[in-house]
Amino acid sequence: MEVMFMVRSGRYTRLNVYLLILSILQVGLHTVEGVWPLPQAFTSSTERYPLSPQAFYFGYGRQSAAQQGCSVLDAAFRRYFSLIFPDYTDGRLHFNQDKPFTVEVSIDHDDCEGYPNEDSSERYNLGVSAGQASLKAETVWGALRGLETFSQLVYQNDFGSYFINKTEIEDFPRFQFRGILLDTSRHYLPVQAILKTLDAMAYSKFNVFHWHIVDDPSFPYQSSSFPDLSSKGAFHPMTHIYTQSDVRRVISHARLWGIRVLPEFDSPGHTKSWGKGQPGLLTPCYKGGTPSGTFGPVNPALRSTYQFMARLFKEVSSVFPDSYIHLGGDEVDFTCWKSNPDVRAFMQKMGFGSDFTKLEAFYMENIVNITSALNKTSIVWQDVFDYHERIPKDTVLHIWKGTPAKYREELGRITKAGMRVLLAAPWYINHISYGQDWRNYYTVQPQNFSGTEEQKKLVIGGEVCMWGEYVDATNLSPRLWPRASAAAERLWSDEKQTSNVDKAFPRLQDFRCKLLRRGIRAEPLYVGHCKHEYQGV
Amino acid sequence: MSTTLKFTALLLALGLCRGLRHNYIDNYIDNYIDEVTEEEAELVAQPSKYGSLWPLPQKVQLSEVSFKLTSSSFRIVDAKDSTAGPSCSLLQDAYRRYYEYMFGIAKRQQLNKGRRTGPSELTELQVWITSPDSECDSYPSLTSDESYELSVNLPYAVLKAPKVWGALHGLETFSQLVYEDEYGAKSINSTTISDFPRFAHRGILLDSSRHFLPIKVILANLETMAMNKINVFHWHIVDDQSFPYLSRTFPQLSQQGAYHPYTHVYTPADVKMVIEFARLRGIRVIPEFDTPGHTQSWGKGQPDLLTPCYSGAKPSGAFGPVNPILNTTYDFMSQFFKEISAVFPDAYVHLGGDEVDFTCWKSNPDIQKFMDQQGFGQDYSKLESFYIQKLLDIVTATQKGYTIWQEVFDNGVKLKPDTLIHVWKGNQQQYQNEMAKVTSSGYRTLLSTPWYLNRISYGQDWQGHYKADPQDFEGTEAQKKLVIGGEACLWGEYVDATNLTPRLWPRASAVAERLWSAKDVTDINDAFNRLSVHRCRMVDRGIPAEPLFSSYCPHEYKGI
Repeated sequence: MEVMFMVRSGRYTRLNVYLLILSILQVGLHTVEGVWPLPQAFTSSTERYPLSPQAFYFGYGRQSAAQQGCSVLDAAFRRYFSLIFPDYTDGRLHFNQDKPFTVEVSIDHDDCEGYPNEDSSERYNLGVSAGQASLKAETVWGALRGLETFSQLVYQNDFGSYFINKTEIEDFPRFQFRGILLDTSRHYLPVQAILKTLDAMAYSKFNVFHWHIVDDPSFPYQSSSFPDLSSKGAFHPMTHIYTQSDVRRVISHARLWGIRVLPEFDSPGHTKSWGKGQPGLLTPCYKGGTPSGTFGPVNPALRSTYQFMARLFKEVSSVFPDSYIHLGGDEVDFTCWKSNPDVRAFMQKMGFGSDFTKLEAFYMENIVNITSALNKTSIVWQDVFDYHERIPKDTVLHIWKGTPAKYREELGRITKAGMRVLLAAPWYINHISYGQDWRNYYTVQPQNFSGTEEQKKLVIGGEVCMWGEYVDATNLSPRLWPRASAAAERLWSDEKQTSNVDKAFPRLQDFRCKLLRRGIRAEPLYVGHCKHEYQGV
Repeated sequence: MSTTLKFTALLLALGLCRGLRHNYIDNYIDNYIDEVTEEEAELVAQPSKYGSLWPLPQKVQLSEVSFKLTSSSFRIVDAKDSTAGPSCSLLQDAYRRYYEYMFGIAKRQQLNKGRRTGPSELTELQVWITSPDSECDSYPSLTSDESYELSVNLPYAVLKAPKVWGALHGLETFSQLVYEDEYGAKSINSTTISDFPRFAHRGILLDSSRHFLPIKVILANLETMAMNKINVFHWHIVDDQSFPYLSRTFPQLSQQGAYHPYTHVYTPADVKMVIEFARLRGIRVIPEFDTPGHTQSWGKGQPDLLTPCYSGAKPSGAFGPVNPILNTTYDFMSQFFKEISAVFPDAYVHLGGDEVDFTCWKSNPDIQKFMDQQGFGQDYSKLESFYIQKLLDIVTATQKGYTIWQEVFDNGVKLKPDTLIHVWKGNQQQYQNEMAKVTSSGYRTLLSTPWYLNRISYGQDWQGHYKADPQDFEGTEAQKKLVIGGEACLWGEYVDATNLTPRLWPRASAVAERLWSAKDVTDINDAFNRLSVHRCRMVDRGIPAEPLFSSYCPHEYKGI
């Protein structure tokens, strides 16, 4: 099958297989199979119950630790009502004959006002029977996942009536960390585009928004301690920035969807835009005996650098509530450091000889210490491990490089050292190609490397990366969805039950139509149609 | 982590770095493994001396002298001697459209009623249609005169064009000359432009069969085509997967063959709207009804049209191409194309004719018998020719010219001398050979092979599209003249309303410049700089045209 998609020299080559699949699709997926990502354990039957928006209620169970007033769930009930009944526009109450249907939610812990974190349980049990559904979860975050599942179980027949089938589901994520990286430096993404992405993330049960907020091209984060960073380093100081209230809005929106916001302030490389608003921060490069006027990575030889970083990260760690911070640490080019006499003198003083990886390690160690002191756990790109194995044990390494063979090797090495690891290498979704590349994202096996069971457990999850060189608000959504959803199922569902990519195809087609129905500009997987096509431009 | 970033960093330097760019551009592939340059990358593309003109006009003279434009006093008006007056709604519509592009939707500015205009303010663009027949109420055609001359100076700017089609292009060019100065005031520099297209046929193919495209998306893309001086919308309206065209004569075709008989069809009113919307922008609409292959969806609403395939001695239940041995087939085609020729005013229809699979024909005993009777032996391309011949006669009888995909020519079907051959296959070598062959046989041709924009890859693939030239093949001057243009094709397997627009633009803009501007307009750095701004202009006009590379637009896309 794969070959058929890749080797297409003709204008169009007829694949009758797809006509067949299409006809299956039109029948529709009204069972648990229609839920994406696939729940861990379920039974469903063809017995179905009608739902009516006029007689549909969400409620809290009597034993539930969370009751009315729980901000996360109260908001979720409102949201999911509209998602479940997209045609329903009438806000007034009617008296009619419809039999009522109640979704009763019960939570063990009242964490309604908190933030989701690395330990949050997302487990839930959902039972649907005549006139009611019972949703039980340890936390509100688990309840959110269950509500999403519930909303995907509801379907409409040709006459517009709503139904749900008798169902039992027991569900929990395979990996705790299921992230999406957006890059707001190479192109500025309006806050609206970020919020919309958060919505779509929740539909695929992603739970971490990795915000690669600054990089070489621009510095849109408006820092209250160092306002010059964005006023000089953003593409535009007024229109292409994230104000503190923008950031708060993103964080609070994410919280209501059970999504963590993980900020990345990548250094010492990838910092060109920082230099504009913070003179003295970057290393001046030399040509012959004189400065050339250009700048390299952050200058690791100056005390002022670490004072600046300490203040910046103090601010960042109070602005972003998550207990993790991404520190970057990738792709540091030594050319400029090598050219600079002061840096070389510092190398001598520290006894680093001419091994610049030691200088880099020295720098990263200092930064990690700064964030540790702020009670934050660090995530760094794999480069940091590659040149420096003595980083604090609780640091998470983020794998982004290489072929499957290479990243498997890296998974083995890092976990062998007892470090936790996040996999991103196979999910560089900004890399586009012709055809159904989602299949490659789907068939990744994050724990398929040589290592002990203990090592496998150190894989805490994975991340889909949408780097921004060729992406802005014009094309972000269709490029992200539903391709990222393929990875979402890999990270949530049981691998054995979801190992067949051809079986996933009609389910994912169906799911992308659900995304469209919810106003997400999700692109098609292949020929076909959705009942409700995208109506924008 | 953002890619093996050496490549990216280099592209950044390449695309955006002052000074360095010229060294890198020609051999960047060779160089990209080299060390990352430590030169600082400027994040704003260097302005081109041609500003943001796209596609680049044939002759441009720009001066440093600038004039102000204000929304309160600026007007686009008919010149006194213009042959198109206020009754020419095509132009009146265009005036309003371009005023809005330049100034945004007009806000009422009552304060300015009595305001006197400044000394260096340009207050008027006069549009002067010079030939006796402005063609205001006609449809554009392959032979339409699209030339125009634009002179921006005081006391007023003048746009002269023989026909309204040139005036439309001139208005677009004028709007591209307007820029915001550092205080946000609209300005335009004194300019003289004389412009005409290099090729008469500059098209875009959209495929509404593999995915249904809502009318709104088609209209938005017609709008964008006009911004790029594209003048042909090749509507690949039906194919195997679905038949969304609602035929008055054969309503069952869409009733049975569309994805949905009500929500996924183009009604006669829809089609009319598309044609008129296109006309108002100087765009021809050429429909394609591809036969005898690519017709699975036709069979649903027209029983017996397709060939029943056999498995052994019995019909397998599957169907192949149109059945070429039945009289009923040709009766159907006569009636059908009679309707098409009335519905679509353009002088050409596209008849397809590509990728006919012979397996099903071979399996069918009736067809074998027919082959024997006709003395075709086992040569099924003769049967294909037989079909196409009859179809061409049918279409000729409707007074239409036709375009066909290259296979019909390759298979030696006898064609009328004015047939247009559409080249779509092969690699560069192969398509250039094909262009040489077609033109040496005296046929006119259209090129699409290098412009299959549905094929996406990572990076700046627009550069490849930009470099292809339809006249680059071995042949005489007379042969080169038979190349009437080209088309960018966006086939629909992976494209629908969700991703069509950003996938098409600004990549199709690269093709647009190749087909409009002079052959020697090939400086890719200058193109990058102009195209970057041109794409931001499209974004500004509400079109989600995707970025070329890391950078920004003053006004980012506001949709989601």
